[in-house]
Amino acid sequence: MQSTELLRRTPLYAAHLECGAKMVPFGGWEMPVQYSGILEEHAAVRERVGLFDISHMGEFLVAGPNAERALNELFTNDVSKMAVGQAQYTLLCNHQGGVIDDLIVYRLEPSVYLVIVNAANIETDFIWMNTNATVSAVIENLSDRFAGLALQGPLAGRFFEFSPLLPRFHIQRQEVFGAECWVARTGYTGEDGFELFCEATDAPKLWKMLLGWGQQFGIKPCGLGARDTLRLEMCYPLHGNDITEETTPVEAGLGKFVSFDKKLFVGRDVLVDQKDHGVRRKLIAFRMTEKSPPPRPHYPILAGGRKVGEVTSGTQSPTLGVGIGMGYVETAAATTGGAIEIEIRQRRCPAVIEKKPILKRGP
Amino acid sequence: MNIPKNLKYAKSHEWVRVEGNTAVVGITDHAQNELSDVVYVEVPAVGARVEAGKECAVVESVKAASDIYAPVSGDVAAVNEELSNAPEALNQDPYGKGWMFTITMSDPGELGELLNPDDYAHHIGA
Repeated sequence: MQSTELLRRTPLYAAHLECGAKMVPFGGWEMPVQYSGILEEHAAVRERVGLFDISHMGEFLVAGPNAERALNELFTNDVSKMAVGQAQYTLLCNHQGGVIDDLIVYRLEPSVYLVIVNAANIETDFIWMNTNATVSAVIENLSDRFAGLALQGPLAGRFFEFSPLLPRFHIQRQEVFGAECWVARTGYTGEDGFELFCEATDAPKLWKMLLGWGQQFGIKPCGLGARDTLRLEMCYPLHGNDITEETTPVEAGLGKFVSFDKKLFVGRDVLVDQKDHGVRRKLIAFRMTEKSPPPRPHYPILAGGRKVGEVTSGTQSPTLGVGIGMGYVETAAATTGGAIEIEIRQRRCPAVIEKKPILKRGP
Repeated sequence: MNIPKNLKYAKSHEWVRVEGNTAVVGITDHAQNELSDVVYVEVPAVGARVEAGKECAVVESVKAASDIYAPVSGDVAAVNEELSNAPEALNQDPYGKGWMFTITMSDPGELGELLNPDDYAHHIGA
């Protein structure tokens, strides 16, 4: 366990304590894991709206005439396909095709990009991008200057007059309750919502205003606990668990975020080979079919009585009321509908491989 | 934090209600509050032999699995079957409907090792 003195705090630390948060270490930060309770917060986001502090995440600005080329050589997806104001999910890979990080890149101007990276990977990504860019571009780490708030849930669109003008996976500069923000219609919950990036000094007031205004919609402050259950129901991978430097986007089923048409990008050789010749293991999603303890990371996955893999993420799905998870299994066992077992404390508990996402949404 | 006066407490946050030679066991209000949102409870089998200080049950919250330790040694006499369908009883009523199992004590002298309510309150900083 890390000593709390070494942990960093976001500009919203005091606001979290005021809201009754339980704080835990996460990726080098002291973050709220929950306020009223994970189940309640999870339900607020699925049914109404919730507010998350995402200030721990990193923000890089990449700019210059070579920015597009630099990012296209570093990232798997193709940033040239984005118009100004668009967002794209992408991966930063090493030369073996392993995932250094997964991130969202926004095209703010023709040659200015905002890149949002995972908290635990800020330094690694920054060094990697600077040392592996083959053309010169300005890569600036603004993580300390920016705070981030995520407003997520089916009622999030009712907060702002500009909502109808900001489509899903787009970003725009916008004043929100007096704070200048980059507002993106993105998130990590599977619901409609916004991610607002503002100056750190504006964050506490913005947090308070959003919670106050959101009372009419039954808003709840939400912690990392609910963030994890919400993303796992949608099968969004968590870097460090479901994708790591030892696993590739093709193995993780993220091939559609790899632009194989690009002639040159880090990890291309391995990824093209895997796409053409197949992979030995695949990241599958599963659901427990009988009453059982919730699956947890590292529990063995069995098929036909034999170990074929291991759980990378698992929990009790608050929406479905059953255990769910993801994990890598040998390719031969990775068929949707396939019967598997999760070994939980020496007991084999039946489960079924599900098509992603586990939580199937509306019509 | 609710710490009933008529119970004894283990440092590992189990409570014991003594009924003759039987110990009724559950987790404390402080423990359920720390765990939050209990979603699964695994109790020992009736007849199982448990040893004071050794893990004998598991409580799972959304986030993690936590071992529960036997506060005294003996044989498990009864378990709360209701918890398999209503694990949230541990959150809602930790000293009542949230009881977990009973032990027929093999050495009631072990009760002397447990904390009284005031010492437990001090132990959790309440």
